[in-house]
Amino acid sequence: MPVPLSYSYRNLLTRRMTTALTAGGMSLVVFVFAATLMLAEGLRQTLVSTGSPTNAVVLRKGSETEVQSGIERSQASVVTTRPEIAVAPDGTAMAAREVVVLIGLPRASTGKISNAVIRGTDVKSLALRPQVRLARGREPRRGSTEVMVGKNVAKGFTGTQIGDRLRFGKREWEVVGVFDAGNTGFSSEIWADGDQVMRSFGRDAYSIVVAGLRDAGAYEAFQIGVEGDPRLTAETFRETRYYEKQSEMMAKFLRILGVSLTIIFSLGAMIGAMITMYSAVANRVPEIGTLRALGFGRGSILAAFLAESVFLSLLGGAMGLGAAAVLNFFTFSTTNFQTFSELAFKFALTGDIIMLSLGFSVFMGILGGLPPALRASRLQIVEALREA
Amino acid sequence: MFLIRLVVKNAFRHTLRSFLTILGITVALLAFGLLRTVMDAWHIGVEASSATRLVTRNAVSLIVPLPLSYRERIRGVPGITYVSYGNWFGGIYIDEKNFFANFVVEPESYLALYPEILIDPGQKNDFLRDRKGAIVGRKLAERFNWKLGDTVTLKGTIYPGEWEMVIRGIYDGARPDTDLTTLLFHFSYVDETMKKTTPSRAGQVGFFMLGISDPDLAGEISRAVDATFKNSQAETLTETEKAFQLGFVSMSEAILMAINLVSYVVILIILAVAANTMAMSVRERSAEFAVMKTLGFKGPAIAALVLGESMILSLAGTSLGLALTAPLAQAFGSTLSQYFPVFAVSRQTILLGLFSGLFVGVAAAAVPAWRVWKTPIAESFRRIG
Repeated sequence: MPVPLSYSYRNLLTRRMTTALTAGGMSLVVFVFAATLMLAEGLRQTLVSTGSPTNAVVLRKGSETEVQSGIERSQASVVTTRPEIAVAPDGTAMAAREVVVLIGLPRASTGKISNAVIRGTDVKSLALRPQVRLARGREPRRGSTEVMVGKNVAKGFTGTQIGDRLRFGKREWEVVGVFDAGNTGFSSEIWADGDQVMRSFGRDAYSIVVAGLRDAGAYEAFQIGVEGDPRLTAETFRETRYYEKQSEMMAKFLRILGVSLTIIFSLGAMIGAMITMYSAVANRVPEIGTLRALGFGRGSILAAFLAESVFLSLLGGAMGLGAAAVLNFFTFSTTNFQTFSELAFKFALTGDIIMLSLGFSVFMGILGGLPPALRASRLQIVEALREA
Repeated sequence: MFLIRLVVKNAFRHTLRSFLTILGITVALLAFGLLRTVMDAWHIGVEASSATRLVTRNAVSLIVPLPLSYRERIRGVPGITYVSYGNWFGGIYIDEKNFFANFVVEPESYLALYPEILIDPGQKNDFLRDRKGAIVGRKLAERFNWKLGDTVTLKGTIYPGEWEMVIRGIYDGARPDTDLTTLLFHFSYVDETMKKTTPSRAGQVGFFMLGISDPDLAGEISRAVDATFKNSQAETLTETEKAFQLGFVSMSEAILMAINLVSYVVILIILAVAANTMAMSVRERSAEFAVMKTLGFKGPAIAALVLGESMILSLAGTSLGLALTAPLAQAFGSTLSQYFPVFAVSRQTILLGLFSGLFVGVAAAAVPAWRVWKTPIAESFRRIG
């Protein structure tokens, strides 16, 4: 016959202080665990959704990022004439030649300089990125020194509101619009006219060519065509894959940090649970003896104490997740080591993370509660009763 | 004397619980020590920088180059003793995973500016003479098992192509924080190739490194250099090496803040564990404390007993944790050497850890001690377990 579950959770209620302290320790662990996962997930969501599966990015062979890449004008024209590229309603190719440079801007929160991406765009740039839409103001006129800024730039950097003037490349640029690219990397960029950017920075090569393919299946043919063309020294990527690659180092770093922290912390929390449960057993030796004398088996005693420990850890897990859920409203902004530019992303709480965090706290509870529960179940009835 | 013995005996009355508490504190202090060390590793470039070096770069951003022709004009600014230049090369050795820092520099002046780079004079000569020569830090050489005379090929990311070079020297550091994971090779090698393939990109440098005689004049000299190029094709930004390195650190500010925050969360976790132990041990012994009070022990004396017990546990865990931090940091540092060239536990970390241990000892005992002090004797007797 099993011991009723109410026995297990009522025991936690009788020692409120101890329960709160142990669950509090566990909740901190679960909080850090969940926060790390949320950060990694947010980074992934941002970078994967930045690209579109039907777009291909062409870079100079060997360059890792847009900023390092360079594609001569003549080469760019060769790329844009590939037959796999979709045709826009006006009869031109759905391709954009873009130039990407970094400039330093003072951050609004600290006043320290951080790198922001300037994307010199082409006529088709907007059409190729349906996720980018104007939120306020208007689009910059082509051929002018007007810019529009991503919403994270408008939020994170000073001097980037509509009507403000930015100074870079020896010229003044007027901010005329703010665009929203959702939860993507584009929201951390400044868009200006490509030709004007190239002129200001004295560049005569584009950074990348973005090609909108007829369909996602045309990518292989496009890749073979571009990379096999002897006139080009170029490499192609699917846009989604390209942006994912940009963050691999950062994702790895977050993962290593998160995993090592969680391992170390959970040791601490399990020890806390173990201390609590051992003392719960030690304090209740006569009680356990009575239960055994009443006919409850060793197995049910074990289960009762294990359940108590699991309740304790679930309480901690729920508290930790509750605190982590608040992070959902925060944006994390940092420099991506690979592209060297500012990237803002959100903490993202998903169902998987909730399950993982609760699973993890239950795991801690079981591991911490098992040795004391075993001890409780092994008590001899007579010995235990004698202590009363 | 008797009281001290009593405290020690009490601290270990529940051997298993005391052991677990100490272990918990040890683990948390290890985590704290590691996190602080990660923070220090981040700032190592700042610590290693010299007050007599300035960096001049393009005012727009680090990735926009400057014309090499600026060199002579910079040299003309009074107070400057050396001008070296170079660029981040960003080459990949076989695979991206093998990331390490590699720069192209003007070697003679660069080595003169960095006296902390210790290199055998013979090797230095070989390096200076061979236009395709390179020098590498001791740690980097060990990582890839490179020997003098080995040929290394880097795949350029900024400068396209495969770049072959010969290891001519392996350098050591004069200071513990000198970065020994860097590869340096000749700017002229890259520049002459660029002249042939893409002339538009030749004669462009990423940064000028200036040596100055008097660190007190750093601000004045920086302004003088920048004024020279005001309103020119490429305006410059000159700052001390320290400020330059701090710029890199501040880019990852958000991550640093998170790590910092987490290192204090760790302290809270141990606090919870230790406070839990103390609360339990006091509750279990309330009858015992009541007996002591009846015998004439005063409240403060009994509170001191509780505090002493807590301190013994906390300090035992703290010293164990701090003792293990250094070896663990070493193991950690060697697996993360591609992110952190130098990974050493600083004295400040140890002091902070010790302080945290003391804090935990006091804070964990505070509430239970207060209770014992204040609870009337009769009530203590009434309570059971």
